[in-house]
Amino acid sequence: MLYRENGQFKTSYAADQQIFPILQDRWAIGLLLLAAFVAMPMLGSEYFFRAILIPFLILALAALGLNILVGYCGQISLGTGAFMAVGAYAAYNFMVRIDGMPLIGAMLLGGLSATVIGVLFGIPSLRIKGLYLAVATLAAQFFTDWAFLRIGWFTNNSTSGSVSVGNLSVFGIALDSPVSKYLFCLSVVCVFALMAKNLTRSAIGRQWMAIRDMDVAAAVIGIRPVYAKLTAFAVSSFIVGVAGVLWAFVHLGAWEPAAFSIDRSFQLLFMVIIGGLGSISGAFLGAAFMVLLPVVLDQMPHWLGIPISTATVSHLVHMIFGALIVFFLIVEPHGLAKLWSVGKQKMRLWPFPH
Amino acid sequence: MGFFLETLFGGLMAGMLYSLIALGFVLIYKASGVFNFAQGAMVLFAALAMARFAEWFPKWFGFESLLLANLLAFIAAMALMVVLAWAIERLCLSKLVNQEGITLLMATLGIAYFLDGFGQTLFGSDIYSINVGMPKDPAFILEGMFEGGVMVSKEDLVAAVIAALLVVVLALFFQKTKTGRALRAVADDHQAAQSIGIPLNKIWVIVWSVAGFAALIAGIIWGSKLGVQFTLSLVALKALPVVILGGLTSVPGAIIGGLIIGVGEKLSEIYIGPMLGGGIEIWFAYVLALGFLLVRPQGLFGEKIIDRV
Repeated sequence: MLYRENGQFKTSYAADQQIFPILQDRWAIGLLLLAAFVAMPMLGSEYFFRAILIPFLILALAALGLNILVGYCGQISLGTGAFMAVGAYAAYNFMVRIDGMPLIGAMLLGGLSATVIGVLFGIPSLRIKGLYLAVATLAAQFFTDWAFLRIGWFTNNSTSGSVSVGNLSVFGIALDSPVSKYLFCLSVVCVFALMAKNLTRSAIGRQWMAIRDMDVAAAVIGIRPVYAKLTAFAVSSFIVGVAGVLWAFVHLGAWEPAAFSIDRSFQLLFMVIIGGLGSISGAFLGAAFMVLLPVVLDQMPHWLGIPISTATVSHLVHMIFGALIVFFLIVEPHGLAKLWSVGKQKMRLWPFPH
Repeated sequence: MGFFLETLFGGLMAGMLYSLIALGFVLIYKASGVFNFAQGAMVLFAALAMARFAEWFPKWFGFESLLLANLLAFIAAMALMVVLAWAIERLCLSKLVNQEGITLLMATLGIAYFLDGFGQTLFGSDIYSINVGMPKDPAFILEGMFEGGVMVSKEDLVAAVIAALLVVVLALFFQKTKTGRALRAVADDHQAAQSIGIPLNKIWVIVWSVAGFAALIAGIIWGSKLGVQFTLSLVALKALPVVILGGLTSVPGAIIGGLIIGVGEKLSEIYIGPMLGGGIEIWFAYVLALGFLLVRPQGLFGEKIIDRV
């Protein structure tokens, strides 16, 4: 009844092609943004920002980047952690070695460095697919793990192997409280989500999808596979690199290569699968799911009064994620995002489904 | 020279373990076209089951004999792997027939995660030892040729013999038995095999069980050498570069690829490692495989990949 587009006539192409063509959607997204920017900072507690909202936003951004590669272009990657690490360490070096480098400048330069490495490891994708590509990206993962641990130059010869940044500020506003960090992450994520959404709606996005669906057919109708695949790698690793910078600078503050280990890569891939391959909102849903599930499982024994050790909880989380991956791949390969859009479709017709 | 040979032997032994893991991988790929990412998790699961059953059975049934405990544990672990194979086929693979390779790959990734958690919930997550009575003392060979000879561990030699036996047994199974012939038929052409009445589902259960058997052997050898623990699952990721190097569809390729990776890793660590700051063992295999992919994507012994339009 409420969610209905009757009477909303489009009189121009621009109106027809906007991101949210339905009025109610525009209202909903506006309210969501209002809540995120205004209500949340007033209501949330420090723990809530630190442990849930900030990790959620940053991981959602990384999942968004990965989704462009896996979901839109169909190239599997197990090296997301590596590209995050490249972004983080590159930004760190730009910060440390260049005086007066602003945070946003370092962030974008970190993203660009990740782009370069991403394209480099994406080159094999021109010849290989599937498992082969997975191994190529695994090479990226293990190589960067090693490089940031063993090559002193990257960590500014820090003796402990871990590096840290302090006194972050953006346009003169210090990022010292959880709320300010949250707002900064939120703004970055909003900008990138909008950019990614528009990219996937544009010519290049359609080229990626064509390559994903059938590369030979795409080549036949005049799409250059080299260009499409490498741009997907570039855009994806740029976003992932920026997420890496945020994760290291804003969320962790001090970090070592283990923060971007292969587990991170798997976690992000799972977010993309559970959230929905080839959808922007899927990245957010998947990230929310992956961040919240361990927290809920951790709290569950307290609520129910059953004593479960933390080790058991982490194993249970493993099991649930594994089972869910298989479940989603079998039942709903397009993940939570698809469930969401099916729900919306039902809403449009409700209560007269014929 | 003696030191070089010792490193070489060490590399061969490590490589043999990679080969065993890669073997299970190749078996499954040949028979069902699934890139089985979960082979490493299966090794961990099998080894955990073996170690814990061998510890529990004497307590439950009140006997002392180590041999009997190991034997029973081996049978129980194998039975568990068969059940697992059946469950994977029934609950997962049969629902994903005709899906793209990338979907199946991600599904096995899910299975790997599930098995990691499940195994550790069932059997605990400490470091366990498997004691199957392997000789632990070192032996010296070629003493006539070098001063002091070359030191090799007897355990490694026994392990090598077991691995060779496993390969022979598998080869015989594939070449001489009726089931083996059916497996090869399925590997050649799914549809043709099905049309002459070979039940695909049953074949998949069998092939996953055989891969489980290979995983169990690999787990026992590895576990008795270094203890059973979670890292086993990660080490098993090394099987991926091995199969890339050897070729996805070739059993001899898995063996030779494993040996090349094992030896290359150890030698490069000793001779190139110091120049780069050490620890290059963790990526050497992958970068080698990456280089190989660019030159010869089908691997050393694999069939040439032909994409039809």
